[in-house]
Amino acid sequence: MLEVRNLHTKVDGKAILKGIDLSVKAGEVHAIMGPNGSGKSTLTQVLAGREDYEVTEGEVLYKGRDLLEMAPEIRAREGIFVAFQYPVEIPGVNNSYFLRTALNTIRRHKGLEDIDAFDFLEMIKTHMSDIGMDPGMLDRSVNEGFSGGEKKRNEILQMSLLRPDLTILDETDSGLDIDALKIVAAGVNRFRQPDKAIVVITHYQRLLDYIEPDFVHVLWNGQIVKSGQKELAFELEERGYDWLREAALNGGR
Amino acid sequence: MDTINQKDTRQMSENEMIEELSNREYKYGFETTIEMDVIPKGLNEDVIRLISEKKNEPEFMLEWRLNAYRHWKTMDFPPWANLKIDPIDFQDIIYYAAPKKKEKLQSLDQVDEELLNTFDRLGIPLLEQKRLAGVAVDAVFDSVSVATTFREKLGKLGIVFCSFNEALLEHPDLVRKYLGSVVPYRDNFFATLNSAVFSDGTFVYIPKGVECPMELSSYFRINTANIGQFERTLIVAEEGSSVSYLEGCTAPMRDTNQLHAAVVELVALDNAKIKYSTIQNWYPGDKNGKGGIYNFVTKRGLCKGRNSHISWTQVETGSAITWKYPSCILRGDNSVGEFYSVALTTNYQQADTGTKMIHLGKNTSSTIISKGISAGHSNNSYRGLVRMTKGANNARNFSQCDSLLIGNQCGAHTFPYLEVENNSTSVEHEATTSKIGEDQLFYLQQRGLSMEDAVSMIVNGFCKEVFRELPMEFAVEAQKLLEIKLEGSVG
Repeated sequence: MLEVRNLHTKVDGKAILKGIDLSVKAGEVHAIMGPNGSGKSTLTQVLAGREDYEVTEGEVLYKGRDLLEMAPEIRAREGIFVAFQYPVEIPGVNNSYFLRTALNTIRRHKGLEDIDAFDFLEMIKTHMSDIGMDPGMLDRSVNEGFSGGEKKRNEILQMSLLRPDLTILDETDSGLDIDALKIVAAGVNRFRQPDKAIVVITHYQRLLDYIEPDFVHVLWNGQIVKSGQKELAFELEERGYDWLREAALNGGR
Repeated sequence: MDTINQKDTRQMSENEMIEELSNREYKYGFETTIEMDVIPKGLNEDVIRLISEKKNEPEFMLEWRLNAYRHWKTMDFPPWANLKIDPIDFQDIIYYAAPKKKEKLQSLDQVDEELLNTFDRLGIPLLEQKRLAGVAVDAVFDSVSVATTFREKLGKLGIVFCSFNEALLEHPDLVRKYLGSVVPYRDNFFATLNSAVFSDGTFVYIPKGVECPMELSSYFRINTANIGQFERTLIVAEEGSSVSYLEGCTAPMRDTNQLHAAVVELVALDNAKIKYSTIQNWYPGDKNGKGGIYNFVTKRGLCKGRNSHISWTQVETGSAITWKYPSCILRGDNSVGEFYSVALTTNYQQADTGTKMIHLGKNTSSTIISKGISAGHSNNSYRGLVRMTKGANNARNFSQCDSLLIGNQCGAHTFPYLEVENNSTSVEHEATTSKIGEDQLFYLQQRGLSMEDAVSMIVNGFCKEVFRELPMEFAVEAQKLLEIKLEGSVG
């Protein structure tokens, strides 16, 4: 589904990603772990299509097509979804209206009819009860005045509503207490299906207790310095990131 | 006086067609071909006498006009607004142009077909079978009102809804009693000019205890080149009555500026309520700032009676220059004044708009919500005065002025003025200026919305507090209008 090959990027002239290789197939869950400043956020932003990130080398294929050529909204319509680390507030824009507009935009792209307000309401309420969200959140402005946990749930709600093929969860665990973390993880796990791929980006191992990855990659200084299976995450939890520095300096992978 | 036959824009050359398409965001830019009665350019006492004579006005009206004109000659163009205005040659303007009437109309079916078509194209059908349900319309074309719908039905309730000129002929005492009682003819440069030369407009009278059962509206259309449109609207709501009124405006695209200087006076007596909404979409000029309407308007409401209530809602999207401050004089105790405004400027448009809330009575309260959106090279200023006079015990005001900037070359300015002469009053003012957030745009794009849809969603959210004050069907229209205006202003 996603093929990242030798990806290099610069932000404000500074090299951040220095040759990323990553291959994600349908049905797989990949975790990308790394310390602050390793390039995790940059990778998310580049995949989502943020303009400020200049790709200097390499390529990214999504479903066999050149992802970097696609505008951000096209990527979204083609099935890429990013659950943001810091979802923005949009004052005055009704959450329900926003969700329905997004859904209909994507439905139209797929050649489906718009869903009307009544059917939508029924659909969204089911999704909300699945992740323990108060239906009152529909009538509020998008993310405005939401607590950290509510914002993250609103992201997961959008994921389950929009049914993307490739979901990127960017530090979804940050700022969540353990109960909220479990609910969010359960929402993601319900979404694990043979035709869907999920990339979990996280600093800490604890989210992976609830969302079990098939593969774990360690990002350090703009490169994936180690890949493995879920056991790698436990090793990182025990030993921290420092031991990898040496591995990286020795050119190991 | 001469008759001119105007150019038919439907037979355009290729270049004109391309021009038309490149300006597609203004879809009301067409011109109507119709035989017009036009007086020569220029302004003097004879012109004023001629206008008055054409309209068979009562003597008092002519005197009032001449007094205004003599006073106007002593006045100077107001220099204080945050606007760049090229000098206006008041002798280079046509002060009266009206479609030629064949004979006196017996019914709307006899209105010239070209005029009916014009208003059809503007989305304002005038014929009985096509009318907007629940909205009565007074259609003003250049200097005169050409049709007023639902007059008879409203008449059964004692409501007068007609052109200003008809009101002068049929209800001269009512007009005389209230004309100039809120905006005197000496008020300001543009209002005084209007008092001298105004040619028509709308008159509304709601009798005691009557709740007007439908929206009343005026639709102003400027058609003739070089004409200035000067209309007057006077709305009187007697004790315990209520009315909701809406005005819309458009004009053809031309590369010279045209002047529109209107006066609106509202009078609300005890327990009366007037809600006045405007969707202003005059031609704003082209992308480079050439042409467009100069919109210099004086609007003021007098809350004369106890518990009276006047509410202004405006969505200002058109005009090259907007200079307008719909205001409330809160004279009756417990009276309420409100001002809700969205002003959008794009390209080279300039707006200096806001309100005045003058608190005279006890326990009076006012609310000001202003949303300014600037894009392109435009300049958008909010200017508002809140005045608490000595007698305004326990009066309250709340003001909120928010500005949203799209791009780096536009400007937003806020000029709040406070004059408090009474310690028991409370005045709150909040102001914010923000740039449309790249993070917000990106968030919406990541959910599949195009850049333009994302901008319009954010802008509509920003304006929500104002839009919800508009009558339902116009709120939808206002949202669409903003979407169209914002096309191409981002990215």
